[in-house]
Amino acid sequence: MKSELLKKEQDKARAVFPEKVVRYIEECSAKKNPDSHLISVLHKVQDHFGFLAREHMDAVSVLMQIPSTKVTGVASFYHFFNFTPRGKHRISLCMGTACFVKGAGLVMNKLKDLLGIDVGQTTTDALFSIDVARCVGACALAPVMIVDEKVYAGVKPEQVAKILAEYGFDPKKAKA
Amino acid sequence: MTTEKKVTLWIDGVKVTVPEKSTVLQAARSINIDVPSLCYHPDLSVLGACRVCLVEVEGQRNPVASCSYPVAEGMKVKTSSTLLRRLRRDVVELILDNHPMDCQTCVRNGTCELQKLAYDLGVRERLFQGERKHFEEDKSSPVHRTPDKCILCGRCVRVCGEVQGVHNLGVQNRGFHNVVAPAHECNMIDSVCIHCGQCVNVCPTAAFTEQDATESVFEALSNPDLHVVVHTAPAIRATVGEGFGFRPGTPVTGKLVTALRRAGFHKVFDTNFGADLTIIEESAEFISRVQKKERLPLITSCSPGWVNFMERFYPELIPLTSTCKSPMSMLSTLLKTYYAQQMGIDPKNIFVVAVMPCTAKKFEASRPAHMAPWGKPYTDAVLTTRELIWMLKCLGVDFHNVEDGMFDSPLGVSSGAADIFGATGGVMEAALRTAYEKITGKELETLEFEEVRGVEGVKETSVEINGLTINIGVANGLQNAKNILDRVVSGEKEYHIIEIMACPGGCVAGGGQPYPPDGMHVLDPELARLRARALYSIDGSKSLRKSHENPAIELLYENFLGAPNSHLCHELLHTHYEPKYPRGVK
Amino acid sequence: MEQLLELRRKAENRLQKEKLSSKMRITVGSATCENAAGANEVFKRVEELIRQHNVKDVSLSRVGCTGRCDMEPVMTVFAKDAEPVKYIAMNPDKAGKFFESHILKGVPVQALLMPHKKKEVGAFSEEKLWAGSRLADRFSPVFDDVDFFGKQMRVTLRNCGVIDPESLDEYLVVRGYQAAVKVLTEMKPQDVVNSITKSGLRGRGGGGFPTGVKWNFASVQKSEEKYIICNADEGDPGAFMDRSTIEGDPHTIIEGMIIGGFAIGAKQGYVYIRAEYPLAIKRLEIAIEAARKAGFLGKNIFGTDWDFDIEIRLGAGAFVCGEETALIRSIEGERGMPRPRPPYPAVRGLWGKPTVINNVETFANIPVVILDGPEWFASIGTDKSKGTKVFALAGKVCNTGLVEVPMGTTLREVVYGVGGGIRDGKKFKAVQTGGPAGGCLPDSCLDTPVDYESLTAAGSMMGSGGMIVIDEDSCMVDMARFFLDFTQDESCGKCTPCREGTKRMLEILQRIVEGKGVEGDIEKLLRLGDTIKRTSLCGLGQASPNPVISTIKHFRAEYEAHIREKRCPAGVCTHLLTYTIIPEKCIGCGACKRKCPVNCISGKPKEVHVIDASRCIRCGQCFSACKFDAVKRK
Repeated sequence: MKSELLKKEQDKARAVFPEKVVRYIEECSAKKNPDSHLISVLHKVQDHFGFLAREHMDAVSVLMQIPSTKVTGVASFYHFFNFTPRGKHRISLCMGTACFVKGAGLVMNKLKDLLGIDVGQTTTDALFSIDVARCVGACALAPVMIVDEKVYAGVKPEQVAKILAEYGFDPKKAKA
Repeated sequence: MTTEKKVTLWIDGVKVTVPEKSTVLQAARSINIDVPSLCYHPDLSVLGACRVCLVEVEGQRNPVASCSYPVAEGMKVKTSSTLLRRLRRDVVELILDNHPMDCQTCVRNGTCELQKLAYDLGVRERLFQGERKHFEEDKSSPVHRTPDKCILCGRCVRVCGEVQGVHNLGVQNRGFHNVVAPAHECNMIDSVCIHCGQCVNVCPTAAFTEQDATESVFEALSNPDLHVVVHTAPAIRATVGEGFGFRPGTPVTGKLVTALRRAGFHKVFDTNFGADLTIIEESAEFISRVQKKERLPLITSCSPGWVNFMERFYPELIPLTSTCKSPMSMLSTLLKTYYAQQMGIDPKNIFVVAVMPCTAKKFEASRPAHMAPWGKPYTDAVLTTRELIWMLKCLGVDFHNVEDGMFDSPLGVSSGAADIFGATGGVMEAALRTAYEKITGKELETLEFEEVRGVEGVKETSVEINGLTINIGVANGLQNAKNILDRVVSGEKEYHIIEIMACPGGCVAGGGQPYPPDGMHVLDPELARLRARALYSIDGSKSLRKSHENPAIELLYENFLGAPNSHLCHELLHTHYEPKYPRGVK
Repeated sequence: MEQLLELRRKAENRLQKEKLSSKMRITVGSATCENAAGANEVFKRVEELIRQHNVKDVSLSRVGCTGRCDMEPVMTVFAKDAEPVKYIAMNPDKAGKFFESHILKGVPVQALLMPHKKKEVGAFSEEKLWAGSRLADRFSPVFDDVDFFGKQMRVTLRNCGVIDPESLDEYLVVRGYQAAVKVLTEMKPQDVVNSITKSGLRGRGGGGFPTGVKWNFASVQKSEEKYIICNADEGDPGAFMDRSTIEGDPHTIIEGMIIGGFAIGAKQGYVYIRAEYPLAIKRLEIAIEAARKAGFLGKNIFGTDWDFDIEIRLGAGAFVCGEETALIRSIEGERGMPRPRPPYPAVRGLWGKPTVINNVETFANIPVVILDGPEWFASIGTDKSKGTKVFALAGKVCNTGLVEVPMGTTLREVVYGVGGGIRDGKKFKAVQTGGPAGGCLPDSCLDTPVDYESLTAAGSMMGSGGMIVIDEDSCMVDMARFFLDFTQDESCGKCTPCREGTKRMLEILQRIVEGKGVEGDIEKLLRLGDTIKRTSLCGLGQASPNPVISTIKHFRAEYEAHIREKRCPAGVCTHLLTYTIIPEKCIGCGACKRKCPVNCISGKPKEVHVIDASRCIRCGQCFSACKFDAVKRK
């Protein structure tokens, strides 16, 4: 039996999400072992918002009736989830072994240098964010840099600025 | 008789036969081979994380964690070898290398399990020192969190979830960045924490500690303008001795009183008085509800951890919970009203210290409903048993050798029914003694209600009073309490009165009680039993054993309060509850 | 069985109409890596041209990856009565040329074809492609034409690059689901377990535990509920075998799981797959849906009284979830932290029920064992390691790609035979196998046969199949640091040695590459490594020191050069490099001077320039700027 108080709170939580996410959560809750769908639900939420905000995770906790410490514990365990809005253009640099052997580390340094941010961060103008990919499985193209959907193969440090410029990067604004 | 399957194995050449579901560690300890351990806790689930309890099992490539390794027939185990000593030492050093080096100034100096292990295992130099993790301290609530000192043994996480059902603490992040914290790594005060302090109890280091109140008490004691009074909870007399080397379960009421006088308190009262008063008020509330057949069951409200839990996890039970303040708050309120009036002291100049087995009492004292009209709390400072022990040591009180003393009158007079408040089922027994006689007008033949005694998590029984069957539920430990509460919410079972104590075993095992001596552990049912036995023995040895026969209480009603549940009573002795956010998930 | 054969006949008919009867069959590799290289655009271009010119009798399909990663996108053309040919490194322009010449005029564009032809495979016929006495026999027309494939044997990858992964029909035509039907209608669960045991198949995920033994453990458990899990959480950096398999042949995995489920008594299967593999997920979803529609999944599968279904669960970026017990926690929706074993998952796994977990490659072998027979399977490989192993060959090797070789093939044959040796004429230094948990083996170990025991004995491990070739330009201390950085970052943090110990090892390595190493650091690394190996909770923690231990074992001198001489022999560790200008080579062009960010290069035009070492920040700009190799970096 759900108490009235809980119902009210769940109604409030529902309002945090678009209809399709709510429906997905409710479908999962109706299945066997509902708690086991927590990660899938978080995927769904992040798919929609691009990141997991505190209110998103709290709403998941209320709707799925999973303690919120578990929701945040699970979310913060997996590297796939992020908690701040990503940049308009998401740069993902592969740091798999093949890419590393072929100099991805130098490309990463250049990238951080130019944008003045670290991995997992977003530039102040919200244009770019950097993520590390563990291996995108395109080892023959190493080092691989992905901006949004586009794959850049065999990237050299000196090409980075030019690639970024395609997305509106202004070297003058860059950190000296 | 159940015949459990047993297996025989050899540990360090010693043959041992144990139940087949045992672990190697249990088997070793059963023959007094003390394999060192850290994250392991006998009353919590097995984690196998710290890797201190390593042993060698013949046929296994690597040493195994004995806490999680199941025994097997014919198994051969070695608990000590050059290799094991080195590995255990290295593992403990690795923990130590990521831990502040401030043992001397740490509140757990001397009671820290890590400190002891480092010594026992021979970590005499640091080979691998490097970067240490750093997180903000959280002193927002009565339970302080110092993640830098956390060694990630996960005991607090397990006690919070498995025993208390609160699920406030969890491991956040990954790997080297792991930290035990509430959701979003928010402050404890903004979390679903109920301040029960069980995390403080199980923590091997000082990652969880109680908010320090000793400084304010010392200050008050040295302030000549203040009249400083102290009152001590029922459970303190059964445990405070442990801090001075007495065996658990030794009642030390008299020494406690004298020690407090030596410490400089002007008056030493007994929270028991508040307990007797609670029984009068609560029985009146209960009898009235039974007669009107409304808002049943009545659920007790003495345990502040439970009250916090109720407001966050079971707000639907607010109407059923007794509006009585806890014994501490009743007595503190009377000290600044009745007592002040009697003594002709300005209540603003009275400083009330309560010694409690509990961290949640610190929170209770700060609740807005427990503030005097002039904006100060009725209870100025709450000391845990641990804090009191340290204060007495600091003051050089020779606890062992002080003579017995008597509580001050009139707020120091109490019945045996009040003493047993400190044990699970005690409040219920005390209430039954009074309610029975009030309803029937007859005298009880046997005062002991054995069915509600004992440290079991859930106890249920029924009592016939005047032809009416009263269904009773008693629970300690909040995960256990859910058992009863869920049936109340669903209407599955009809109860008339329920006693809930947040801490497993009741106040004798509260979140502010002394760290157990060698050979015993927190949550040890045996420890709770011993401590409770001390309280029952005090009760048994008293001639005054029913709250309603307490002459000081009778006088109080006559001179001050009027009748039980009177308007003044409601104003001073009762409180109210409201749903709290964030809400907990049951 | 009849029912399945009927289905297959129908599938053949359908295909006959659309594809098989066409004069020319064109396949475009379209796995993630090929799409990244532009395969999609090529496909679309060819499709568009065919439509525009209204060409008949030509079929165009997408297939999985053939493994020629460095030549992608690859397009294969099977024309009736002609040798199959492969176009490499395609793009829309080249596709246009191909269309003009090959499709319209029937003349292959020689300049765009794959070089290094090894042998004639003879005129192509559909027979060769689709039929064969054994499942693994359809290899020849697709692959058997160049050295790269000549040393290989395609068992696991038998359908990858051959069939359209999104077409159940094509899978059926290559005898798909025949093994499942055979098992369900003709065999008892114990027979299946026995077959797998007899085949000698061992887990391909890294541990090498005998699959039959694992299945047997689970099958003898008495439980109403059991589960079978496919571990597709391929987390090794530099490994993409499982992704390629799923993207190229998803039905094989489903079939393997059906068989496994029946053998152990599990009616529910889960595929735990990385969220980073969207295409593999999509193809698997399509395959599961198609299998359900066909009655191969769900209730009463293949018309028998057996129920079996599969659900996909996404990982979320945690390497540790490759570990069985962590993976189980993750499917349960928890933090993916391992728990102590025993009890093993086969006894107490998912939701406490008996559970078998095998990886993608293992499942892909199952239908082969059933249809081609355990005896045949056991005839491949070595005494203790049977069958083949798929590797993702990458790094400084000429032919980067996905390769499958019989167990027992030597590392040398893989690196030089299949891989074509080292790129750019550089010197071989080491080959790294086993992913972050493996080790680096020097040339003295190149004759080590690829099998579980030999690799372990050499100080590395089989792992899931990453194989990275390292040349003289890589610093082994830096490599060790890279791998440890990975395991440190991926440590779940549950047990002390892995959480704290790898951090300390990483710190020591960090200071060594920064020139701050001190005597005794190597010994500390070895001691910590030993402690972590012996005391960690799970296999990943236990293996995490391997890259360090193996590089110390084989390349100790390099460590010592860093510590004692503050020198990086490979010239990689930037803190230890010095830049000088070789006077004989310098022409005084000033390119280096202009690039130097701290203005520490001086010299007049057309005169020899000099670097002020005291102000040099070792950024290397001058080194890259010089067109005359006059800047020496050491």
